[in-house]
Amino acid sequence: MSASSNSGAYRIKGAGRLTPARTARFTFDGKSYTALEGDTVASALLAHGVHLLGRSFKYHRPRGILSAGPEEPNALIDVSRDAARRQPNVRATVQEVFDGAKIASQNRWPSLKFDVGAINNLFSPFFAAGFYYKTFMWPREAWVKVYEPFIRRAAGLGVAPTEEDPDHYASRYAHCDVLIAGAGVAGLTAALSAAATGQSVFLVDEQPQVGGALHYDAATTIDGQNGYDWAQRTAAKLRAMPNVTVLTRTTVFGYYNHGFLGLVERVTDHVAKPGKDLPRERLWQVRAKRVVLATGSIERHMVFANNDRPGIMLASAARTFLNHHGVAVGRQVGVYTAHDSAYEAAFDLKRAGVSIAAIVDNRPDPSEALLAEARALGISVLSGHAVTDTGGRLRTSSMTVARNGGGDARKIAVDALIVSAGWTPSVHLFSQSRGKLRFDEANQRFLPDIYAQDCVSIGACNGTDDLAELIGEAIAAGGGSVALSGENRFEWTGGMIGAAEGAGPDTTVKAFVDFQHDVTAKDIRLAVREGMHSIEHIKRFTTNGMASDQGKLSNMHGLAIAAEMLDRPIPKVGLTTFRAPYTPVTYGTLVGHSRGELFDPARKTPMHALETAEGAEFEDVGNWKRAWYYPKRGEDMLAAVNRECRTVREVAGVFNGSTLGKIEVVGPDAAEFLNLLYTNAWGNLKPGKSRYGIMTREDGFVYDDGVVGRLAEDRFHVTTTTGGAPRVLHHMEDYLQTEFPHLRVWLTSTTEQWAVIAVQGPKAREIIEPFVEGVDLSNEAFPHMSVAECSVMGAPARLFRVSFTGELGYEINVPADYGPAVWKAIWERAEPMGACLYGTETMHVLRAEKGYIIVGQDTDGTVTPDDAGLAWAVSSKKPDFVGIRGLKRPDLVREGRKQLVGLLTKDPNVVLEEGGQIVVDPNQPKPMTMLGHVTSAYWSENCGRSIALALVAGGRARMGETLYVPLADRTIEVEVTDMVFFDKQGGRIHG
Amino acid sequence: MLLIHCPYCEEDRSELEFRWAGEAHIARPENIAAISDEEFAEYFFLRNNEKGLTYERWRHIHGCGRFFNAARDTVSDRFLTTYKAGLPKQVLPETGASEKTVETYEATEGDAR
Repeated sequence: MSASSNSGAYRIKGAGRLTPARTARFTFDGKSYTALEGDTVASALLAHGVHLLGRSFKYHRPRGILSAGPEEPNALIDVSRDAARRQPNVRATVQEVFDGAKIASQNRWPSLKFDVGAINNLFSPFFAAGFYYKTFMWPREAWVKVYEPFIRRAAGLGVAPTEEDPDHYASRYAHCDVLIAGAGVAGLTAALSAAATGQSVFLVDEQPQVGGALHYDAATTIDGQNGYDWAQRTAAKLRAMPNVTVLTRTTVFGYYNHGFLGLVERVTDHVAKPGKDLPRERLWQVRAKRVVLATGSIERHMVFANNDRPGIMLASAARTFLNHHGVAVGRQVGVYTAHDSAYEAAFDLKRAGVSIAAIVDNRPDPSEALLAEARALGISVLSGHAVTDTGGRLRTSSMTVARNGGGDARKIAVDALIVSAGWTPSVHLFSQSRGKLRFDEANQRFLPDIYAQDCVSIGACNGTDDLAELIGEAIAAGGGSVALSGENRFEWTGGMIGAAEGAGPDTTVKAFVDFQHDVTAKDIRLAVREGMHSIEHIKRFTTNGMASDQGKLSNMHGLAIAAEMLDRPIPKVGLTTFRAPYTPVTYGTLVGHSRGELFDPARKTPMHALETAEGAEFEDVGNWKRAWYYPKRGEDMLAAVNRECRTVREVAGVFNGSTLGKIEVVGPDAAEFLNLLYTNAWGNLKPGKSRYGIMTREDGFVYDDGVVGRLAEDRFHVTTTTGGAPRVLHHMEDYLQTEFPHLRVWLTSTTEQWAVIAVQGPKAREIIEPFVEGVDLSNEAFPHMSVAECSVMGAPARLFRVSFTGELGYEINVPADYGPAVWKAIWERAEPMGACLYGTETMHVLRAEKGYIIVGQDTDGTVTPDDAGLAWAVSSKKPDFVGIRGLKRPDLVREGRKQLVGLLTKDPNVVLEEGGQIVVDPNQPKPMTMLGHVTSAYWSENCGRSIALALVAGGRARMGETLYVPLADRTIEVEVTDMVFFDKQGGRIHG
Repeated sequence: MLLIHCPYCEEDRSELEFRWAGEAHIARPENIAAISDEEFAEYFFLRNNEKGLTYERWRHIHGCGRFFNAARDTVSDRFLTTYKAGLPKQVLPETGASEKTVETYEATEGDAR
């Protein structure tokens, strides 16, 4: 047996462009086949006479291959290399065969040839458009438990892989003068023209080879050469030019604003053994100054009864399989057409030795040139006739032909039926670019009209059918000059949209419009009858055009049927919007390297490794990883936090405060600037001192807080909340640049420049003393709220005497690189003294014991400084600050606002839940009147009881009052108190 | 993705580098502490949110960090001009891109000529 007969009984010797000696083995549903290199899965299976590739979505009808390209709605397969590399819903007409490929059909059980779900076909009267909407309405619970699982099982397509994707995906940015989408005659010519002018050119085509329609159109010559050969030579010439990038197997899937395009390049999906260093796919994000759309057109199928049987396909597809892959789609082929293009397919097949049963042309008067050629080849043409039905179960076996208007019906045996209703210009990218279409009444098609971007459509996608005109258009679009001529055999005319003879409104036949979603002409009419008059409603009611092929074949037919039913002209009914992506794009490509640890990169402090070594558990604060608590052996979180809380107050604790936001505010007007941005007054703050500051927005609500240290007359070290640093800097820059540009101030984010080591507790001074040079740490010389620039272990440092615990405390700022060494030295001294490391949880408990708020937890964007008990921080002497007017708004000064107070549970062992609502009377009818909510709640080991902070309406007037926190299963009784639970006199901080 | 000309860098850069910062040419009242509630509402809360030609602020936050002004047509998403903060409003002719009123989002979708 020769290699060529191995590769399929339908392979025609001498036809096509593949090399018979270069074979590849693959399996389909477990059975092994031989293909030729360059075959798609579709062409390889057709070569073996396999037409049945899957079952349809809703009715589980046997389905085959309809097209030879990316518009394929039917032949969806599952492709795998190994267990983890398996992809469902791949178009068999796009997937190239590689040696060892495992292909499986989808949507069938137990087997492709015998499918239980096909019973849906018998019950199809019940599955008409809108069936799901009307049937599965109630009860609501049944949706989750019964309807949805049932529908998903019955009406699924492929099955998603469960293993993690082991492949990697690359991403690239590019800029060019002109990007040309589509490398057929028009695109290649435009590229030659543009490249000659020296512009940087991207020429992009989704197929493995350039050529576009020249894949099937073997009769056209360009520049005196066979068209396909000219295309390959031209591509080689362009590739050799330094200003041209030619990308094949690359789809322009999206055309966005300002010349921004998304491209996906399929790098290894066709390779048997991809190199490990190669990405599977590459995302290109291209910014093009100008775009040339040469995206061609897509042939439509005919809408007639039972037009979906395997073996029925587009005429251009049959021609591609023959002229490119060397495969005959049958031995006895019928032709049903409303357009000239199918004739040329029939002629090519006939010349290759395939018997043509008849050309059935629904037009009464096909052109004489075509009829003469048909006569010369011995093909009978039935003009003014229609195919009104087909026969066959798993493959079409006959077509029923009748004269238009009825009568004279007869059955003709065929093993394939090729169809053409004409061509739909591919205006998808033009439409995505926000261009407006116009309806070409004479040719029943939408064409580009008003451009929204610097872009031009050429060739078939622009409705330019004449080859010479097309070449001229392409040369002009490129902006250069090229001498080129082309010749084709026949000028094509004809075409129809909508249902054909025998599938009209008076029939109940299944004439499919949308193959992937099983939408028939009848369904679209039903939608109109049920009141859907907008094409957008019809689309959603029937799901026509909503499958993964996005209606590339079905949209125009659906529109025409709806327009006929509505008795309105097509442009009045309108077209649904074309959205990106043009064809499905894998998540892997879009995500690229942004997965795993790189999905949302974590920010780690300089001491992260040391904290990890000490056994810290971490919590996420923004993108930061912060040490949460340090459990010792056998300790759970509560036990660890209780120990840490106790130890800090009894001895001392060491805490990593590096994530604190830090902004350096410098300049002669720095104090004046802070006066405007904070509610406090800063002019009287002496260098060497620090102060707690509140920042409000213009509306008067608390925006951020933090300690600000004055290092010199013109230099402040401002700290912000961990999560607030970027927005606070943005807020400051906004005012500095646009409202107070006269101020001589410079702002610099220094969050990551300083590592911050906080040492808090009675022994804090003793712990840090030996490391600090240049500062007298005594209470008299360096009291609470002092700041100094000094040296710590020889490193330049900023030392704050500050406390977020209520204890004697220091915060040592050293440059980030010194952080680990200083941290280590301090901890080595502190540990033998009985101190502990503590994390954010303990920090939270200790500050709550002192009633210190956390902006964003105890405040929520509707809290004023007074609401938070911080009225003392709002200067009454300043003429202006951001928020000064907002704070005077009537609602912000009224009685009864929610105020921050303390809550003590009547049962000291009960810890409240944060977010718990507070009421006066727990027995009132629902919905209850809620006074506020719990903002912070902890077990306080130091107080020996639970503590909480809460926002309560009129809270400060309710001291001692009993309120209630109703929960789902119980109601907790609480007493309103002040916010300080520990060391109410506050003496410890000065210790 | 928009392509935005930063008037400080004098370069066209990707939208990724910028952050939108609200309507432009709304000056903070100099005597803000003394203005009426109505004046404060006008200044702080009320925005024109115009369809078509809009003046807005952008910040080249991942570039030079500067705030600047832009005139953009919200229908076509075209930038008509960008200019430095503090410069007076650049008066531009209406673009005509928003010639007709469209009732709903969906209505724009069926809008083929």
